[in-house]
Parts: sequence; C-alpha cells; structure tokens
Amino acid sequence: MPHDHPGHDHDHGQEPPSDIALRVKALESLLVEKGLVDPAALDAIVDYYEHKVGPRNGARVVAKAWSDPAYRARLMADATAAIAELGYSGGQGEHMVAVENTPATHNLVVCTLCSCYPWPVLGLPPVWYKSAPYRSRAVIDPRGVLAEFGTELPADVAVRVWDSTAEVRYLVIPKRPAGTDGLDEDALAALVTRDGMIGVARL
Amino acid sequence: MGGMHGMGPIAPEPDEPVFHAEWERRVHALVIASPTRGNIDAGRHQRELIPGADYLRMSYYEKWFAALTQMLLQGDVVNAGELATGVADPATPKTTPRLAAEQVAAALSRSGSYQREATAAPAFQPGDMVRARNLSPTGHTRLPRYVRGRTGVVERCHGAHVFPDRHAHGAGEDPRPLYTVRFAARELWGPAVPARDSISLDLWEPYLERV
Repeated sequence: MPHDHPGHDHDHGQEPPSDIALRVKALESLLVEKGLVDPAALDAIVDYYEHKVGPRNGARVVAKAWSDPAYRARLMADATAAIAELGYSGGQGEHMVAVENTPATHNLVVCTLCSCYPWPVLGLPPVWYKSAPYRSRAVIDPRGVLAEFGTELPADVAVRVWDSTAEVRYLVIPKRPAGTDGLDEDALAALVTRDGMIGVARL
Repeated sequence: MGGMHGMGPIAPEPDEPVFHAEWERRVHALVIASPTRGNIDAGRHQRELIPGADYLRMSYYEKWFAALTQMLLQGDVVNAGELATGVADPATPKTTPRLAAEQVAAALSRSGSYQREATAAPAFQPGDMVRARNLSPTGHTRLPRYVRGRTGVVERCHGAHVFPDRHAHGAGEDPRPLYTVRFAARELWGPAVPARDSISLDLWEPYLERV
C-alpha cells in the first residue's frame, strides 16, 4: 500500500473492517497510485476539519458581537467581512449572514435540501443536522424541534427559520445571557454553544 | 424533504466526534482533494440521484462516497476497470496531485464567491410580494417543493449568483439574481401553526414570479 495509515483497520476493535471502509481504502489507494491525490494532503484536510475549525470559532464571533457594539454593527451589515476580521473564512462560509435572537424573535437554521452549514465558524455539522428527521421537521415544526432539544419557546416569541437553499450560510447570534455584564470575551465565548448558534437551543 | 412527516426523532448524540470512523475522514478529504471535474452543484445533484429508499438508508458519508465514485467515473478520472480491481490502468497517465499537503490550510481558508457580475437589473426589490413558481424540473434545482406556488415577501437581494439548475448540468454558471424570500408559516402549512412564525429561503429569480 502506498499509504499505510495505522489505525485504519481498527475502528471497531477486533472486528474486521467494514465493506465501506475497504472500498474507501481501495479508492484512496487507486487515486494515490494514479497521482491524483496526495495522502499527506488528505491527512492535512482531516486535521483542518478536526482541529482548526469548529464551534469555538463561532463562539468568538458571538462573544465579540456581545462585547463590542461597533463589531456587532459590522457583523449585522456584512457578516462575511466581520467574521473574516477574526481570521475565519473558507468553503461553506463564502456568503455569511448573522441573524440575531431578540426577546421577540428566535432564529433557527436548517438545510432541507442537503446539509449546508457554515463550516468556517461551526466546523462540520453533527449527524442529526444532516438527518432526515431534522431536515424535514425544522421548517414545519420548529417549536417541536426546540422542545426536543429541551427548550420550550414562549408563544409570544416569533420563530424565524432560515432554510439554507443557496450558498448563503447563516449564523445565529444568541441572546447574551443575563448576569454576564462583567465577563470578558473569553469568558463569554465559553458560554456559547454550537446548538445555540444553529438555533436549536437558547443559552 | 422539508415538511415531510414521519421521519422519527432527531436524536442528537452527546459529545459527538467530528468523524465516526477513519473511512469517514478519508471520504471527506477525498471529496475535497479529488479532481472530479465537477462542481458543488453537480456533486449535490449526484447525491440526489441516489434512489430514494437508498438515500434514506445510507449515512451521509456513504452518500458522499457513492457520489464521488460516480463523478470520478463520469469525468473519466478513473475507469470502471480500475474501480473494480483497485489497480491503475497502465494505459492511463500518472499525474501530479493538484493539492499538496502544504497548500491545504490556505486552500481551505480561501473564500471564493458564488456572486457574479449582474447582466441585468434584479426584477424584484425588498418588500415585493412574489410567488414561488410551480415548477417540477427533472434535473437539479434548489427550489424546495414545499414553497412551490406559495407567496412570500422579498427581504433582501444578494446580487447575481451562480444558478445551480444550469451549473449542475455542465451548462455554465448562468448567474441570476438571488433573493431571500420570507414566507409566513401559515402560508406554507395552514392555520394550525403559529401566526407569527416564518420561514425564509434563498431563491433565484427564475424560481419567482410577481404577485
């Protein structure tokens, strides 16, 4: 094998590798043999999505928006540029829009057509976000979805659902929790959850 | 599948890892690094061509792998014999990977854009009432079934964006104005849902007509 990855065959303890694992490995070997992909580049891509992007990036954006009114104004006017100010950019974040929760409005993001998700600020989506139950229900029963995640939304709060049908990606800016006036951006960022930035939870 | 019933509970997984198996890592990376000669819309369409029962049964990365394999075949990047044997056909040239490891971080953090120079003024302005056309295309589209024939309000114009219905089929980018259109939940789902709730979608001009 041109590319020997320790651990490839050991995802399931002592079980033999699954059919799909073998087929993926065969395709990778073929593409490497043909000179079409560099296995070290594949490693670097995996490392990027496991370690360089993730919801901590989005949490920095939210914390700064809570702390800095001028940044918040820039974020609401041009989220792509404001997010890039913090060093977050790339595929699936080319056209960002920030949507802000208020006492009167709660925002929820979904992609009913596939699994569109703002990778540079949230990383790769969780399995449930890509699943048929979420994709089907978020638009018709957003309050039921929120309840399943443990949030009963008051009837006087309007729900705004954003179905990511184009290349625009949405980031929910949760409401800043009460009693956090003295906290700096690092401490605020620690309060921000991935689910809060998708909109399936309130902070 | 927006608005369909009966798909079951959402079931979030506590402390979910980014990938659940090594092969998922490799599929994700292969989709990004492989020279498929397709584009993002063609890739989405390829996944939509998976038969419905299989689509619902397969995991996300199984679908990605199936679509990647198809696109490599269709682009003549690999041939069926190579896929079957896993061995490169000696008659095909050996090339140099287009993406080297040291280029990855820069490539992944580079923001391209799907916006293109507009060839005509947008037909609609924020505040305009529009109806999503009742279209039933057989190819790729980003007009969800659940808004077809429904009326909403234009909230925002994003300029002209690459039009997936053409781009997915190798017919060029054909940029068209893209709008965020807001629909009242009751317009889509009837009187049983809360009056103040709404759903916004990003829809290209050919999907819309003036009310």
